[in-house]
Formats: sequence, C-alpha cells, structure tokens
Amino acid sequence: MEHIRTTKVEQVKLLDRFSTSNKSLTGTLYLTATHLLFIDSSQRETWILHHHIAAVEKLPLTTSGCPLVIQCKNFRIVHFVVPRERDCHDIYNSLLQLSRTAKYEELYAFSYNPKQNESEQVKGWQLIDLAEEYKRMGVPNANWQLSDANRDYKICETYPRELYVPRTASKPIIVGSSKFRSKGRFPVLSYYHKNKEAAICRCSQPLSGFSARCLEDEHMLQAISKANPSNRYMYVMDTRPKLNAMANRAAGKGYENEDNYSNIRFQFVGIENIHVMRSSLQKLLEVSGTKGLSVNDFLSGLENSGWLRHIKAVLDAAVFLVKAIAVESASVLVHCSDGWDRTSQVCSLGALLLDSYYRTIKGFMVLIEKDWISFGHKFSDRCGQLDGDPKEISPVFTQFLECVWNLTEQFPQAFEYNEAFLLQIHEHVHSCQFGNFLGNCQKEREELKLKEKTYSLWPFLLEEQKKYQNPLYNPDFFPGLSLLEPNTVSFNFKFWRNMYHQFDRSMHPRQSVFNLIMTMSEQNKQLEEEIKELEAKIKRRSGQSAAVLVKEHQQPAHPAPTALKTPPCFKKEQPLIPVNDAVRTIEGSNTADNRYSEFVEEFSKSEPAVVSLEYGVARMTC
Amino acid sequence: MEECLNIASSIEALSTLDSVTLMYPFFYRPMFEIVEDGWRSFMPDQEFELLSSVTDEWRLSCINKEFSVCPSYPPVVIVPKSIDDEALRKVAMFRHGSRFPVLSYYHKKNGMVMMRSSQPLTGTNGRRCKEDEKLINATLRPGKRGYIIDTRSLNVAQQARAKGGGFEQEAHYPQWRRIHKCIERFNILQESLIKLVEACNDQSHNMDRWLSKLEASNWLTHIKEILTAACLAAQCIDREGASVLVHGTEGTDSTLQVTSLAQIILDPRCRTICGFESLVVREWLQAGHPFQQRCAQSAYSNSKQKWEAPVFLLFLDCVWQILRQFPCSFEFNEQFLIMLFEHAYASQFGTFLGNNESERSKLKLPQKTMSLWSWVNRSEELSKFQNPLFEANSLVIWPSVAPQSLQLWEGVFLRWNRPSKFLDEAQEEMISIIKYNKELQAKVNALRRQLAEMETDDRMQENL
Repeated sequence: MEHIRTTKVEQVKLLDRFSTSNKSLTGTLYLTATHLLFIDSSQRETWILHHHIAAVEKLPLTTSGCPLVIQCKNFRIVHFVVPRERDCHDIYNSLLQLSRTAKYEELYAFSYNPKQNESEQVKGWQLIDLAEEYKRMGVPNANWQLSDANRDYKICETYPRELYVPRTASKPIIVGSSKFRSKGRFPVLSYYHKNKEAAICRCSQPLSGFSARCLEDEHMLQAISKANPSNRYMYVMDTRPKLNAMANRAAGKGYENEDNYSNIRFQFVGIENIHVMRSSLQKLLEVSGTKGLSVNDFLSGLENSGWLRHIKAVLDAAVFLVKAIAVESASVLVHCSDGWDRTSQVCSLGALLLDSYYRTIKGFMVLIEKDWISFGHKFSDRCGQLDGDPKEISPVFTQFLECVWNLTEQFPQAFEYNEAFLLQIHEHVHSCQFGNFLGNCQKEREELKLKEKTYSLWPFLLEEQKKYQNPLYNPDFFPGLSLLEPNTVSFNFKFWRNMYHQFDRSMHPRQSVFNLIMTMSEQNKQLEEEIKELEAKIKRRSGQSAAVLVKEHQQPAHPAPTALKTPPCFKKEQPLIPVNDAVRTIEGSNTADNRYSEFVEEFSKSEPAVVSLEYGVARMTC
Repeated sequence: MEECLNIASSIEALSTLDSVTLMYPFFYRPMFEIVEDGWRSFMPDQEFELLSSVTDEWRLSCINKEFSVCPSYPPVVIVPKSIDDEALRKVAMFRHGSRFPVLSYYHKKNGMVMMRSSQPLTGTNGRRCKEDEKLINATLRPGKRGYIIDTRSLNVAQQARAKGGGFEQEAHYPQWRRIHKCIERFNILQESLIKLVEACNDQSHNMDRWLSKLEASNWLTHIKEILTAACLAAQCIDREGASVLVHGTEGTDSTLQVTSLAQIILDPRCRTICGFESLVVREWLQAGHPFQQRCAQSAYSNSKQKWEAPVFLLFLDCVWQILRQFPCSFEFNEQFLIMLFEHAYASQFGTFLGNNESERSKLKLPQKTMSLWSWVNRSEELSKFQNPLFEANSLVIWPSVAPQSLQLWEGVFLRWNRPSKFLDEAQEEMISIIKYNKELQAKVNALRRQLAEMETDDRMQENL
C-alpha cells in the first residue's frame, strides 16, 4: 500500500481514556493494509479497522512523545503516545489516507476473504429472501400485488425492483404518483398485518408546494385505503416536525392537504432531521467522554444533547403507528422528506412492535434487509463509508438499534436476540467488511456486483448465534402477532452505556448477570445431553450385570448410601464444567489490576489541591 | 364530606403519633413462631470474640454500661487495649456528644483498622487532649501513618470551631493526614429526596423536564459523594495499608454511611445476609444513628421536621449500586434492601424505634416489641431475600463511581410508577434457569457416581 510508510513502531503508550494521571500500557503499534494493531507487553491485542476510524488527531508534542487520538465509529476512543514525532506523523498521515476511501472497490469487503467457497457465498446471500418475507406476511393477496413497474429501476432508482402495491393501483397511477413524490418514492407496502388486514406503507413527501395536487397520487392513497376492508380511513404520518414540513413547501415540496385526499387523517410526529441528530450525538459523546465527570454535568449534558429526547420521539412515533393499526385496524402511510431515514425508523419499529417474527434473530435480519437496505436507507452516506460530504453522516440507524435496545430492556423475554447482537450489527454497519451495508440503494449494490465480490454478514452472525441468544427469551410470551406496548414515559429511557462505552470496561458492572445466565442455559443443554448419555450407559450396563443394580439406578438422584465406596476417580466431579468459573471471575479485582490508582484519581478530581504522599504510590487530596 | 375529613384527620393524627409507645410495634403480636430472638442475635461480645481470635490489641470496654459516658453509644464498645477507661472518660469530654473514637472495622488481611468518632472539640483556641491523641495513635503501627477522613468540607470544619467543634490539627496529630470529603447532611438530603420523589411521580412525557428534575434533585450526586468517600476509606485501608479514623460533626450520619459502606467493599462477610444484618445493627443501630428522628415521614414530610433526613436510605441505595455492579457477590437481593428501607420508616417490629440504644433500653423494646430479625431470619422469609446468583467472593470489590455507572434505584423510586410485570417475570425465568442448572448438576454427579460404581463393581467381579 502506497499510504503506509511506517509499519511498526515500538515503545508506544496506550493511555487510559478516563485516567487523569498518565496511566498507560506500553507496546508495539503495527499498521497493516486493513487494520491498526496494538500489542501490549502482556500480548493483549487491540485491533482497529481503518474503516472504523472516524477521526485522527495529532495533539501537541509532550515530553513523553507525540500523542495521537483516534476516534472510532463504534465509539472506541484510543489515545496513543508515540515516542518519535516522525513516526507519529507517518502513522497519522497513513491513517488519514487509509480511513478515507475514495472508491467502493477499495473497501475492506472487497478484499475480505473468509474462506468460503463460491456456493457458500451464493447461499449466504440467499439466506434472506424478501419475496419469501412478503409471502409470510400474506401478500400478494386479494388486495395487494407485486408490481413490476420498477423492475428496471425506471420509476425510482432508490427503491428495490420488487414492490408491493394495492391491486387497484394501475401503472399510470403509480407513474403519476411517483412523479408527484420526492425522488420518485411513491407509496408502497412496507408491512402487511394479516389479522387486521391493515398495511404500513411508506413514501417520500409530496411535491405539493403551496397548492399543487396530483390526481394519480390521490388515487394511489385511495387505493391503499380501499385495500383495507376493515377501515376505510387511513392515517398519513409525516414524521417531521410541522415547521420543517411547512418550510419544505417553499421549495415545492411539503405535505398532503387533507382536503384533497379523501378519507385520510394527517398527523405530524416531530422527529428531527439528520443534521439535528448528528450534532445531538456529537454533544452526547462530548459529555460522556469528559474526564472526571460529575453526576450533574452528566445529567445536564444528557439533557442538552437532546439524544434521549430524540430516541423517545422515534419510539413514540412507532407507538402511534402501531395503535392506528392494532386499535383502529387502519392502514398508515409514513413519510418524511425523502422517506429513507425517519420513515425507515418508524416503519421498522412499528413492524417490530406488531410482529413477533422480527423479534427473532432471523426476523431481525429480514427487517433490516427490508426496511433499511432494500428501501434505500443511505448506509454509505450516513455512515461515511467513502470520503464524502460530512453533512450526510448521521446516526439514524444507531438510533433504531437504540430504540430496539430500550424495548429489550422493557420486555426482557420478548426478544430472541440480546444486546450483543445489536452491538455486533452496529459494528458491521460501519466495518465495511461485508457487502450488505455498502452503497446507498439496491441499484448501486447491483452495479457494484456485491453478491459476487463480497460476502453477506447474516450467515456469519447465524453461525455464531449462540452468542446472540437471549437466554430469557420465551417465544410463547408474545406469540405471533401479539403487540408490544412499551411505556414511553421519560424515565424508561436510559443512557446506553454498553453502546457508547462498550470499550470502557471500567464503567461496566464487574460481573454480568446476563453472561452468567447465558452460560448457564448453554450448560443446561450440555448437562441434559450428558444425563441422557449416562442414563443410556447405565441402562446398558445394568442390562448386563446383576438385577441388584437395577434397583439402584431407579433412584439415581440419591446415591448417598454408596458414597463410601467411591473410587478415587471421583475427584473429577468438582469442576463439572469449568466455564462457570471464568464467567464469575471478577474483572479488575485481582491484585494485578490498576483500579486502585483510578480511584485516587476519582477522589482527587473534585478537590483543588493535589498533594503527593511522600511514601505513597497514591496521590490524594489533603 | 364530613366523614372524609374525619378519616383524613384520623389518618393525620395516627401517622404522626407523639409517643413512641403508642406505635404499632407495641401492639403487634406475631403470628409466627420465634426460632431465634432477634434482639439477642447480634451482641457486641460475639463480635469481639471474632476479633480476639485474630488480634489481642483490642479490648471490650463496659465504660458506657449505664449510658453514662455517651448517651448515643451502646453499653459496650471496642477500644485499643492500651487505653484505660479513665483515659476514655477524658477523651469523651473532648469529642462532640462524647462520641470518643471506637473500633468500627478490623481488616484481617493487613491488620489495619477503621475507627469512628465525632468531631474533636478544639474550638477557636485549638484545645487539645493528650488522651485523644494517644488513643488514636494507639491504632497505628510503629512508623506508620493513618488517615482521618472528615466527612465535611474544610470550610464547614473550620466554621465548626466557632461553635466549639473543629478538627484534628496537624501539629497535634503529626502521624495523621486529614482528608476532607464533603457529604451533605439533614435538610439538604431531605430536600433532595422530596425533589426526587416529585420528579419520579411526574408522569408527563417530557424528556428534558425529567432529566433536569433528576439532576436538580442531586440525589445521584449524593450517592456518588458517599460512595467515593467510602471507596477512599477502603482504599486507605486495603491499598495504602493505613488505619483510618472517620468522623463528621456528630458522627451519627455521614460517618456511619462511610464506615458501613467501606466494610461492604472490604469485607465479604458483610455481603451475606447475616453479615449485613450484623452490619446494620453494629454500624447503625448500636452506633446511635437516630432512626426515630431521621426516618419519620420520608419524602412526604410536610411539617418540615428539622431532623428528618434519608441518611439510611442513601446508604441502602449505595449498597444497591454496588450490588448492581457485583451481582454475584451478595447473598441478598434487592428485595432485602427494599424491605430494610420499609421497616426503617414504618414497621410492626421494634428494631428501628428510638434514636439509640439508651432510648431503646428505656422503652424496654426487647421485652415489649418484636425484633425485625426474629421475623426475617426464618427460612420462609429468608428464601425471598436470597440472591440466586450468589457465589462467595472473598475479594475486595471496587465499584465504579462514574456517573455513567450510577443509576436511579427504580425498585424504590419508580416502584409504583412503572409496570414491572415483565421485569418480574424475567427475574423468575432467570431464577428457574439457575435452579434447573443446579438440579442438572446434581443429577449428572449422581449418575456419574453410579456409573463409576458399576464399573468398579464389574472390575471387582472380574477380579474375583
């Protein structure tokens, strides 16, 4: 690689992010074509994918070297001190180049080789089949059909080829409606609720300006409402704040005029735009990254960032949508401006609340493929996969995952997947290691030949799904189309520490109940197996040996009287399955740990005067 | 309407009884069999017996037998062996409310100790007391230094001198380093609780309002302050290998928060049910935390009672925070802490009545009322309070005090405001997984044993 000048730097220090003293690990830094790797003196490895790097910063030279701060899209922040400024400069420049890719073909996914053969690769891409998914929902049916209008991406470039529309929506209606909608994104089916016969549809804003109307678009909406035999009224949800929508009218866009459309109820739900969300996250990260943060600074920073307010707004919108469908059996048309950010959030969360399938591991993959990937959420732009307009970057998908996490907290038994699954998906949305999230729409993905040149993420996640299973999941808890009704009073929304501080282990609970339960339920399966095996063996043996023994094994749980004869091999019993101990080990409580000095820092923060103890390792305030 | 007013005034009167002896514990008759009298479950001499098995540097002093030296101390206290009762009497004169330094905790690992007392009465002219200096120096190893953790800010401590109080002057206590860790007291805490409860009861959907109210309550700030001070004390003892003296003004509130939490951090025994009960008895009841004054009307006290303050609740909240971070290291669960919170404020048992041991003995509580521990320590009740994840952990547990690691104690503050059905069911599911795991392990062990026996029997037969 022409960008790499220095591949290895020794004696590099990795500083603790929240430490006020210069606590650090010393090790060697390696630069590869795809990763930055740090190996500390105890051989622990820290891998940072170049694509994960959001920003690299060189701080002013200090006595111990040249500090280099790397912020990652997965919220990892590392602070290196490189002894020689020249090395630091080289690495800095290389990383700047490596983290800013100009062409899709240079992304990791195109060079990543997971040792799969071609047929496995093809099979991997076939794992999620959206036609199959619409069939599962119950379409096509008497009221809804597959339209071939966009088969060649002629009507809308950012939509998928296969779209489902009401049977009564003829091609001229579709074409006319698409001309009246921003980017040609006309109303199409996103989710069909079998029991209520109601639909979630999605589109972009109408080009209504102050007074324009379009008969085909009006017919399109009418067709949607007619496709629902249980309720002729339909809701049109504009997920933007009213002010924003009104401002759009000046640019010839806008929102539906209730007078022009029959049987619609129009509603604004007020989710802010991508720019507000971007700066909100920035503020949140600034606050959470502060050293020696006080409780009140944290809470007021959390408030000022507005982040939780936005999360709540997104979930509130989904709850509104779900109520329309579940309570009134009414169909809902959702849009924002272009219909690929807020619309994706609200439609997918709505479906997740309505349909338990999306609360399974496979179903969640399908949901993301459908409402995010196929309907053209601009992953490439929003995640900054290529070096482009920074104003296009926005944590819209992260917010979706955070809403789901909040739901898993409220309904611990309703989801087959766990937090680690959400975190892993977030990781790979930014990693560019798999083809799924590359590009901005299906058309672009086809042009890139992603299915031939890259691999799909989903089979890899399925392969290690044990890691992502929620041990408390109970599919009978909310079976089939049973509705989740989350409580959205403010105090239910919490700061997602495991996302924004996932790499700051010192802030996590020292023992994880979740991991423990996960290992236990895994262990339970093994034990059940073993019991079967043992029982079979005993049966076989007792068949052979005398009848006396048969009696004994009928009460296998109480072998007490025979315990005296126990042969020496029984010592094996104690560590039945050692995994358990590993989970219970307490991080940071052994003698080798460094938390001690960390505490001293905590203490010294609030006090003005810091005095060193003459004999102490510690610095305390006196 | 009139009936309603009558009921209201009756409730008002009944919930603010003037006389302790009219309270429920004096009329309550237990419907269960008493296995062990809780009034006798945690006696100081048992505690001392444990101590004397590891060190002989301490003695049990009966100087306060008739509560004559210090009205808020128990009849017997543990003090350094080298200090006689005469000296103690002099030290008592030098300490606020006569609360002379006594042993709070002995760290077996390195023999370091934690003592607690009230502020020294140095006044503006810097009075000193040789016996006091001798007493606290007696806890130091030769050549070693100790830490005095003053739970007031330096400013407050300095102002206390004008009222006859004060702090240990470096000149007179050269072997001690003083650290000021400000923990708030009285009405500041009470207001904090009132604001917090008000915020939690606000069902409006506004996120900004919720967060700013939560912030304005300062509750979590107090939690962080208290935990930080306790960690500091624990750190001095365990990591610095130094002895510690903790005091604030009276030594009955913030002092006890710090000494008891430090023990939770340091001593695995305090994380068991019995050990925690013993801790509450030693460090709160016998140590003279004025429960009657502090825990009267809780957050809804409208009469602005001057002495009301959620000191004990804050302590329990801090324990809950540590429990959340070390969910496998405690024998008890969240319900146990909530139960203690409830009984501290209103109970059919006499345990938390009165302000100190002297008052309790005057009220003849052990004779006239039932002890909470008699009820709790029966296996039927205990099973509700056991943590299924518990696995004894002999290590010191250092909690994180970063704001991102601290949480609102929903089990107490949002208890009536949020539906907990799904959380409770998840909890039950978790317990059943653990139970099932234990059953399976037992079964596998039994089967393995059986199989091995069959094998040996076979071999023996072959040998025959």
